[in-house]
Amino acid sequence: MSNHKVVHAFYTDDDVLLDAVKTVKDAHYHIEEVFTPFPVHGLDKAMGLAPTRLAITAFMYGIVGLCVATVMMNFIMIQDWPQDIGGKPSFSYIENMPAIVPIMFELTVFFAAHLMVITFYMRSRLWPFKQAENPDVRTTDDHFLMEIPAGDDVEALQTLLKETGAVEINLTEKH
Amino acid sequence: MGSHYEAPIRTPLVTGNKSYHDVSVDVARPVEGRANKHWWIVFSISLAAFLWGVGCIIYTISTGIGTWGLNKTVGWSWDITNFVWWVGIGHAGTLISAVLLLFRQKWRMGINRSAEAMTIFAVVQAGLFPLIHMGRPWLGYWVLPIPNQFGSLWVNFNSPLLWDVFAISTYLSVSLVFWWTGLLPDFAMLRDRAVKPFQKKIYSLVSFGWSGRAKDWQRFEEVSLVLAGLATPLVLSVHTIVSFDFATSIIPGWHTTIFPPYFVAGAVFSGFAMVNTLLIIMRKVCNFEDYITMQHIELMNLVIMITGSIVGVAYITELFMAWYSGVEYEQYAFLNRATGPYAWAYWSMMTCNVFSPQFMWIKKLRRSIIFSFIISIVVNIGMWFERFVIIVTSLHRDYLPSSWTMFSPTFVDIGIFIGTIGFFFVLFLLYARTFPVIAQAEIKSILKSSGDKYKKTSESHE
Repeated sequence: MSNHKVVHAFYTDDDVLLDAVKTVKDAHYHIEEVFTPFPVHGLDKAMGLAPTRLAITAFMYGIVGLCVATVMMNFIMIQDWPQDIGGKPSFSYIENMPAIVPIMFELTVFFAAHLMVITFYMRSRLWPFKQAENPDVRTTDDHFLMEIPAGDDVEALQTLLKETGAVEINLTEKH
Repeated sequence: MGSHYEAPIRTPLVTGNKSYHDVSVDVARPVEGRANKHWWIVFSISLAAFLWGVGCIIYTISTGIGTWGLNKTVGWSWDITNFVWWVGIGHAGTLISAVLLLFRQKWRMGINRSAEAMTIFAVVQAGLFPLIHMGRPWLGYWVLPIPNQFGSLWVNFNSPLLWDVFAISTYLSVSLVFWWTGLLPDFAMLRDRAVKPFQKKIYSLVSFGWSGRAKDWQRFEEVSLVLAGLATPLVLSVHTIVSFDFATSIIPGWHTTIFPPYFVAGAVFSGFAMVNTLLIIMRKVCNFEDYITMQHIELMNLVIMITGSIVGVAYITELFMAWYSGVEYEQYAFLNRATGPYAWAYWSMMTCNVFSPQFMWIKKLRRSIIFSFIISIVVNIGMWFERFVIIVTSLHRDYLPSSWTMFSPTFVDIGIFIGTIGFFFVLFLLYARTFPVIAQAEIKSILKSSGDKYKKTSESHE
């Protein structure tokens, strides 16, 4: 990139934005980022974003939870201190297992849900005291913002954006 | 706008010609404005009830459980009745946001935020009761799997009471995370609108720096879907495990295999009723009639009607199984419920839970605000009686007729119950003044398909 200038194009309609993203893509511009006030369906595909793998991580975290529950229950109830509780089998894990199913289920869900959400927060860089990075406050209200590196021919880019229905086009320094 | 097409016969879910900006303004209004007199009156009453409850809790803990009306026959009563009642109420939020998300029901979006808030506040009330009943709540951490100081004696994982600890803490924490993740974009909206520096600071703290990038939204939607998939079996497991507290015992009247589905249906029933109670007031006070429409209330009433009927079938199945089992203790337990000294409680339960929701078959009644409100209160009274009937009538006449007795609550029992209702409303009222009570980002995403403004334009283009 020859300079750190970016063009911010504002839209006020999600369908116009979606068409604009496709047009800008077809004109071989690189879209740095799009900020929207709500999830616009199909935007990730139009921008060419890779699908997220968070669901896969949730599955793996769930397996971890299930393993933790199994190992913990085997250690606590069978190995470390077997007790005779209402005559329930206490010397064989597999025989005592039916009484442990609720714990196995809860810990699977606990691990899958919390670790997935923590992964999401880390990957999307969300945590308390984190400063917001949307360039304009209107993007959480009713404006959609497309950020494109200015490149060399700013004029051509601005004309193209105007044609796609942008309501406001700004040339600014990238923070 | 082909992608946003929705059949014209579907009732609009957002009325009043709203644009995206209107949604932001409407959702931010109760937060940015000042509380009115009604809010202060209700808040003061709730706070007084809460403080009274705190006093009764202090008295219980400092003197002992003997301050309650329990006796050697009825060893569990109002405490666990209130616990199960609150846990049941705490089921609707996740049901609405998770199950209705999986079924792609758009009408959830107007109500899910408040329903989830209600869930969390109700589970907090529920959690208080086992803690108080421990007698020494400062030893509450003994329920955690940590070896005691005398050696490696562990908690008993074969006990449904311990399963309950795991189920309820998982449920509370997962619901909280689900709720907060959904709140991030809406807190961000309030943050970006805020003009006062203090509000700006608070909302930027709680919005975790949400910026609304395309990638963030993609992850956000995936996380919401997976959390909904996890929360659905979770919510069913919670009341199932609560019912195990009774079902795995050998007390006639408790020892029944129908308990898990019956409790879950009852939980959905009472939870939706509580959502209706709260939202009918809230839509009026906060001017949300355009977002929580008659259609929403009608659909809630239909859920109440169906789950109420399921509960009714469960009651009758219970009676049939008691008779069909041929076990005379079981038969007596149910005969005593319906005709014994607690018959008044049994028939209150039957009237409130089985008969009253049947009025919802009539369209005019289920579309009446005042009638829906009354039924929602009646249902919650009925569901409290259901738990009271199950718990107290199964205990008060045990195997030994010489120990037959009745239960009468003391002012402490009543005070703690009223205190939790006060606490619940204190939390909900504070929430209503500081949180975005409608999931505005989600509402904006359905505005083109289900908002009346866009529905009208798409019809006129045909």
